[in-house]
Amino acid sequence: MGGPGPNLIGSTLEADAPSGLSVRFGADRPLPMDAGVNFSPVTIAYQTYGSLNAAKSNAFLICHALSGDQHVANVNPVTGKNGWWETMVGHGKPIDTDRFFVICANVIGGCMGSTGPASTNPSTGRPYGLDMPVVTIADMVRAQAMLLDHLGIETLFCVTGGSMGGMQVLQWAASYPERVFSALPIATAAKHSAQNIAFHEVGRQAIMADPDWRGGRYLSEGVSPGKGLAVARMAAHITYLSESALQRRFGRKLHNRAELTFSFQADFQIESYLRHQGSIFVERFDPNSYLFMTRAMDYFDLAADYGGVLAHAFKNAKTRFCVVSFTSDWLFPTSDSRAIVHALNAGGASVSFVEIETDRGHDAFLLDVQDLFKTTRGFIDSAARARGLPGPRG
Amino acid sequence: MSVPAPHTRIDLVRVAEMVEPGARVLDVGCGDGALLRLLVDTREADGRGIELSQQGVNDCVAKGLSVVQGDADTDLADYPDDAFDYVILSQTLQATRQPRVVLQHMLRIGGRAIVSFPNFGHWRVRAKLAFKGRMPVTENLSHAWYDTPNIHFCTIRDFVALTNDLDAHIETSAALDSFGHPLQVNFPWWAWNLLGEQAVFLLRRKA
Repeated sequence: MGGPGPNLIGSTLEADAPSGLSVRFGADRPLPMDAGVNFSPVTIAYQTYGSLNAAKSNAFLICHALSGDQHVANVNPVTGKNGWWETMVGHGKPIDTDRFFVICANVIGGCMGSTGPASTNPSTGRPYGLDMPVVTIADMVRAQAMLLDHLGIETLFCVTGGSMGGMQVLQWAASYPERVFSALPIATAAKHSAQNIAFHEVGRQAIMADPDWRGGRYLSEGVSPGKGLAVARMAAHITYLSESALQRRFGRKLHNRAELTFSFQADFQIESYLRHQGSIFVERFDPNSYLFMTRAMDYFDLAADYGGVLAHAFKNAKTRFCVVSFTSDWLFPTSDSRAIVHALNAGGASVSFVEIETDRGHDAFLLDVQDLFKTTRGFIDSAARARGLPGPRG
Repeated sequence: MSVPAPHTRIDLVRVAEMVEPGARVLDVGCGDGALLRLLVDTREADGRGIELSQQGVNDCVAKGLSVVQGDADTDLADYPDDAFDYVILSQTLQATRQPRVVLQHMLRIGGRAIVSFPNFGHWRVRAKLAFKGRMPVTENLSHAWYDTPNIHFCTIRDFVALTNDLDAHIETSAALDSFGHPLQVNFPWWAWNLLGEQAVFLLRRKA
């Protein structure tokens, strides 16, 4: 990659100076982390949309996925693109910003302004790199709870998210049941499967095998393991799609050429597509942060914290749940969602479960899938009625 | 509590009337959610549903009902004891693979079970078999034998025998004629069994 030095590229520009809202917790308010440390200082960067009502009963927390960030429904300061969930969040959308106070925080360990490996360690003046403690899903949720305390919000009307975001939703419901009125986990699982850990390990090894990774100190040394991160992203991107969608969109179509070149250029459209996905990701994401995010997902096993019985995580839960999966999602298949539903039923919780028919794979939760909007709207509106919040256009 | 809409199916109204206001109710095989909607609207029930067809589930959730995709034959085992006040099986018993096991689970999960089913002892059904020698296809039982989802038909008397077998107490029962109106309560069982097109039972688990 040409242009400015690695310290100035988009992937780390926001790490110490988020363009949106942020709050900093000092040594007096450390974050207790699963790794066994009380970590401070901690910055949490976040965005909000809509306004909090007088009763503070309309707060809607969105938890972002591995490569997501807090810029849900505004132009992203790094990519210049629209927010990643503008299909779901906004005026008149299922997560209606006219009615709900929508909050999304960059997770701890991220690279968009919340404290993460690219943030400057105040005790050394250099980026944390691997000196940042390994982050877990529960750590992310604890940090979000600190943000809510700071905002004076006791109870969330709803917490939602897909994939790694869905893991945070489940963790929220288990850790803070009294603070969650309704929960909408999408395309997720209560534990990461061996196959998913395997894919993540491939990605991490690609990054760490890049000579410019430098043991995680690449920012201090003025280089960037962009090639490794790009390969990690390419491999992961395949898992977000479905075989049939890949076939439909790309098949064996050639890329800007009439015939095979008998070389190792990107002859096929799918190759050039993946290379493109890899290269644009490098411009916006910190490689160490990618290690931390994947590790957090790998370590997630909600039942393990409750004697191995997932139902115990949701015992006597008053929270209303709606679990959503997609037929063609092989990364977080419907069987993962069904396991969550069984545990919720066994715990006596109020639960809806929708499997949505689509060939768009795991990424379906980010896309324009009408059945997703219809069912989430139904769930959110009925929860709003139960919460005494106004209905659509009400 | 509001009055049910005029077009509401009368057998659903009968079932809903058996439910105490404000009760926790599980509707097994809830279809498009018509009964759940009725229970929530007219009985202020905390209603949940299980439905086999994913389209039915999606429609229910889009209407704001709390429904999961599942199979009465396999998924009731996941529910804990006494999780509900009522477990309802409306026009579904005859389509289950193991009606007896399903009923046992219903009485375990809820203190009370409400079961409605088409009566295979109705005179029109008997007549079809007796005089035509063909499997009955009536307005109520509209499938041919080879494509019917209804694999375990029973008569009212058969059902009563099963409740005795399960040691369940019949709290209320009603046989409905072809218009959905209940027959005289003082009719003997044999008359219900002959004249009732469908039946609704409210069962209670004996302590």
